[in-house]
Amino acid sequence: MQNNTPSACDSCAHNPNTSLKRLGVEVENTDYVIALAGNPNTGKSTVFNSLTGLKQHTGNWPGKTVGRAEGGFMFNDNSYKIIDLPGTYSLMSTSEDEEIARNFILFGKPDVTIIVVDAGRLERNLNLVLQILEITDKAVLCLNLIDEAKRHNISVDERTLSKDLGIPVVATSAIRNVGIQELLKTVDDVAKGKIKCTPHRIKNVPKEIDKKVSKIQASIESLYPGLPNARWIAFRLLDGDEDIIKAIEEGEFINDK
Amino acid sequence: MDKDSAIKSLLEEAAETRWEIGQEFHDKLSESIYQNAAHIADRTVIKEGQKENFNIDRTIDSIVTSPIWGFPIMFCVLAVVLWLTIIGSNYPSQFLAFLLLDNAYEWLRAFAIDLGTPWWLSGFLIDGVFLSLAWVISVMLPPMAIFFPLFTILEDLGYLPRIAFNLDALFRKSGAHGKQALTMSMGFGCNAAGVIATRIIDSPRERLIAIITNNFSLCNGRWPTQILLGTIFIGQMVPDSYQSLVSTASVIGVALLGIGLTFASSWALSKTFLKGEVSSFTLELPPYRKPRILQTIYTSLIDRTLIVLWRACVFAAPAGAVIWLVCNITIGDTSIANHLIYLMDNFGLLIGLNGVILLAYVLAIPANEIVIPTILMLTVMTAPITGYGSGDGVMFELDSLGNTHEVLVAGGWTLLTAINVMLFSLIHNPCSTTIYTIYKETNSVRWTTLASIGPVILGFIVCFVVAQIYYML
Repeated sequence: MQNNTPSACDSCAHNPNTSLKRLGVEVENTDYVIALAGNPNTGKSTVFNSLTGLKQHTGNWPGKTVGRAEGGFMFNDNSYKIIDLPGTYSLMSTSEDEEIARNFILFGKPDVTIIVVDAGRLERNLNLVLQILEITDKAVLCLNLIDEAKRHNISVDERTLSKDLGIPVVATSAIRNVGIQELLKTVDDVAKGKIKCTPHRIKNVPKEIDKKVSKIQASIESLYPGLPNARWIAFRLLDGDEDIIKAIEEGEFINDK
Repeated sequence: MDKDSAIKSLLEEAAETRWEIGQEFHDKLSESIYQNAAHIADRTVIKEGQKENFNIDRTIDSIVTSPIWGFPIMFCVLAVVLWLTIIGSNYPSQFLAFLLLDNAYEWLRAFAIDLGTPWWLSGFLIDGVFLSLAWVISVMLPPMAIFFPLFTILEDLGYLPRIAFNLDALFRKSGAHGKQALTMSMGFGCNAAGVIATRIIDSPRERLIAIITNNFSLCNGRWPTQILLGTIFIGQMVPDSYQSLVSTASVIGVALLGIGLTFASSWALSKTFLKGEVSSFTLELPPYRKPRILQTIYTSLIDRTLIVLWRACVFAAPAGAVIWLVCNITIGDTSIANHLIYLMDNFGLLIGLNGVILLAYVLAIPANEIVIPTILMLTVMTAPITGYGSGDGVMFELDSLGNTHEVLVAGGWTLLTAINVMLFSLIHNPCSTTIYTIYKETNSVRWTTLASIGPVILGFIVCFVVAQIYYML
């Protein structure tokens, strides 16, 4: 377990090691694209603001971010564009918010997806995390609101969580700028491939279903070799997701990386 | 095998397998995901001792969302926010009026005379454009600068979702979306902001209902009208010691009537033009959080107050110019304003208003806050009194409430006129900023027209009925 006490230097604006330069809305032709996903009301917009220096309005009610917001920052001489996606509980149903979030992660192919979760409500938040990890293999978990969780006598074993999920985990309290430096560095490492993720894949799927999923997955992979999320697409096909069926018909999954 | 046929066979294979597995796939998969999540959470989340703070949240929730206390508490919160806004904005309003209307205005006029500007140019620019801008700023800025931060603090605290939770059942019965409670509350600050906030509603049908009915939330620009008339007409019906109580109650009564109309018109729309099923949604009651006061004030000033004020100014400046023009351009012997008032007077009296009031509402479409000054100006121009104001087409506000009362009575006002102006101020077309916003959000001339004309017709009907009842008594 890590010590969650915030270091004063970490949150200090005069920290000379800080290589963060906020770019506000200047986001043309950046080196990397970051998506910011998570459940409603986990502080995504606060994380977004502290990275970009923008003042996107934050409010304590779910569904506050309408559509998506974009901003930019420089870190270690690379420019980043970051997209604040609407908060959702899942990526499997049909609300407009879920579609915006899902489509961006799937088709927008962000270089890194930051998944913001509420440390005090981890179990409920993991539902979305596990779904996102089926789609993308480059993600960082931002374990936000740690101070609030601590007040409720809840702490999270970050190392085990990181091992189980197969992605780096950074504890933050974005509202007080705690852990943002570490989050940036981790995102930078994942974007440049210095950290390799081996994301968790959904287990315990009933055997007879799993077998059929694997068969479809194999067909998809033979059609689009190297596709990172063939299993998830197989899930969606078996769920009768019209958008995904249409995307396959139009050949949108061609692996261009 | 080429790509197209490979895609086709993949989709066929998927469709076939889907039939084999059947409906249960989605549930089984969701179940697996939840199991995985529970397993991981089990290994990583460490809870120490009792979760006392969660229980505090739950206790508060059980009170503020209880069937008995939920509504009274909501009502009290609304009353306190309004009271703080009304009391608090008084002084800065007076100060701004002193600065802009008394000093800057006189200075500009003197400056124009020094320059030798022709009377029509200085009249058009200073008496028309500048005065209306000064009015909007001094009347609108202080209440917004107080109301929006208060509202944002309620948001940060986490109270708004509880309001939505309380009102959900009522909205559902009206065929509307529970989140409309949130957009309705926003409308109490500014209808344009409320209309934009309807983006949180996914279903287009329910979003349209929320957009069209938002006008019934009494906005900031209309509060001053209600308070002024409630004070000088309704309050004066009772002995002195009850005056403030009765006038406050009359204003809150109008606001509650607006809420009632929101439900009634939502219900009517969902039974006629916008039939359909009520969509379900999950609303998470977030934990109560301590708001960060200073940052809240900063962001709500920048994000909301200044933007709304700027838009109001953009629309009020040309309106001021038009008011000045209709009062100073004459056809025959009388001004255009007099012609129009004469034309509308009969219809106005039929519904318990008068021509002056109707013309003032037409001229004040750009910004509701200039209704009262325009009415006073037009009344002085046409009523047989002298010694008030500073000439034709100059907007002004009288120093004391007594004077205002005197002018209005001289203009033929009765208790009925006051009641009906209060009602009509609640039930009439949205201001032009809001109409424009509705068009931007719906992209439809049809719905924008309905949202604009519908309330006016309803307002005429309500005023007519009230007038007939009043005449009978």
